[in-house]
Amino acid sequence: MDAKMKLALEKVAVEVRKDIVTAVHSAKSGHPGGSLSLTDTLTYLYFYKMNVDPKNPQDPDRDRFVLSKGHTAPALYSVLAEKGYFDKAELLKLRKTGAMLQGHPDMKHIPGVDMTTGSLGQGISTAVGMALGGKISGKGFTVYAALGDGEIQEGQVWEAAMAAAHYKLDNLVAVIDNNGLQIDGNIADVMSPYPITDKFAAFGWNVVTADAHDFDSIHAAFEKTNEKNGKPWVIVQKSVKGKGVSFMEDKASWHGSAPNDEQYAQAMEELNAIAKELEAK
Amino acid sequence: MSDVKIATRESYGNALAELGKVNPDVVVFDADLAGATKTGVFKKAFPERHFDCGIAESNMVGLAAGIATTGKIPFVSSFAMFVAGRAFEQVRNSVGYPHLNVKIGATHAGISVGEDGATHQCNEDIALMRSIPGMVVINPCDDIEAKQAVFAAAEYVGPVYLRFGRLAVPVVNGEDYKFELGKGVTLKEGNKVTLIATGLMVARALDAAKELEEKGISTRVINIHTIKPIDKDIIIKAAKETDLIVTCEEHSVIGGLFSAVTEVTSLEAPCKVVPVAVMDTFGKSGPAAELLEVFNLNKETIIEKVLENI
Repeated sequence: MDAKMKLALEKVAVEVRKDIVTAVHSAKSGHPGGSLSLTDTLTYLYFYKMNVDPKNPQDPDRDRFVLSKGHTAPALYSVLAEKGYFDKAELLKLRKTGAMLQGHPDMKHIPGVDMTTGSLGQGISTAVGMALGGKISGKGFTVYAALGDGEIQEGQVWEAAMAAAHYKLDNLVAVIDNNGLQIDGNIADVMSPYPITDKFAAFGWNVVTADAHDFDSIHAAFEKTNEKNGKPWVIVQKSVKGKGVSFMEDKASWHGSAPNDEQYAQAMEELNAIAKELEAK
Repeated sequence: MSDVKIATRESYGNALAELGKVNPDVVVFDADLAGATKTGVFKKAFPERHFDCGIAESNMVGLAAGIATTGKIPFVSSFAMFVAGRAFEQVRNSVGYPHLNVKIGATHAGISVGEDGATHQCNEDIALMRSIPGMVVINPCDDIEAKQAVFAAAEYVGPVYLRFGRLAVPVVNGEDYKFELGKGVTLKEGNKVTLIATGLMVARALDAAKELEEKGISTRVINIHTIKPIDKDIIIKAAKETDLIVTCEEHSVIGGLFSAVTEVTSLEAPCKVVPVAVMDTFGKSGPAAELLEVFNLNKETIIEKVLENI
């Protein structure tokens, strides 16, 4: 990836982070930690990798994205808004009565949302179904799905992993957002899913690793997934929960709580400083 | 009623194979039960459109939801216990909430599963599926109705739950029968008592009506194949025109046909409604025909309920 594109993505990502913090602050509830850890990946997918058009969100040939870790909807909504699927003003109504933006992704009412998710473990199965549909219809689209590292404690994830390999779905790319934390604490303490890479390899997947906050690393990992070898792809990426907001970073307590006014001001100050730095580049 | 007996799971498999010929978008998923659910008939005809998901019903339902978004019309099959029971939350959240075009073909419903016993006898599926907003619930009574219900489900856009049985049951309807989704069928007129039946209990209700007539009790028989959305008009009419309604179902008394009918009558036309159903208990092992007697899902019980309550 050239330096210009990388800088452009970094600039979008910081705007997305500001949107996430703003939306969750406005809603007074939500999941900022895992939204911020997934931000760079989602930015990369929607602003670089995926064949999507906000003016034609139902294009049957488009690439698909399934947010299996549906609670990090603020990240998806913010990226979709930045991409132009809907007005950014909607973000301020997140989770409010009568709002379009529900607490978890709702494909029926939100332009750009390809699957309704929120109950952990279910999204990846639907992504496998989409990839299977693409294969048997002879369509060339790719299905991307993002899962939490805590989410893979759900047994259904492994049923889906088995099926994706069995049906040879090399048009499926799953991302495991390995920020190491879940609501109750460290994933290794709660119920260890490690070793994640070995598990997917044993289930018949191509496994790649990446740094979730370095666009060069993300790009290198996704470029590998272009190879079609009859096996689905998984990118296990090391991420930082709450990335970009100092007091949220690496803290399980920011899994599902909103910043108060003071914390919000500080978060925006930090993110604006990053934005300013990028502008100066 | 003809003497021919056919299990509605057979009708399901045969109808799928017929449907596959005229609708290239139909795909079928099974969970290692293609021989028992009879989707194997479709598999033989269209192997490239049949997917065995292995013993993983939750994932199977998710696959169907996903493939439905690509324009396919998936039928997912397993025993009622596993597709409506085990995969309930997947049906609710991945299919029902986004209102995806997924058809659930559940076989081996009710206690007529027989020898396998309580773990496999699902008497709760209608209650579970009926509680999901926007879910259509169909419980066909015979071969002819079951086949047409499969085609109607494929034509309807949205989630549909189809309930089929393992036991061979009499063919109630004639070849000229026309299935209409959401429309109850008056099989016999009468003005004293109404028997509202669904599934394999329809034939039993007809038998009971014959004997009640012999006792001088004018008996109406209604077949409710679509439990949701239910035909309110036919129920209100029966509530107003006859003195008693007896509901007949091979399902728990909680949440099934009895509940659906009384939900209508209590609001629109209060009247006495008496259930013939599985009375809040688990099933047990035994030949299906014997179990239907043991659990009082028979002609004699229907007659007894009428005589007790009239």
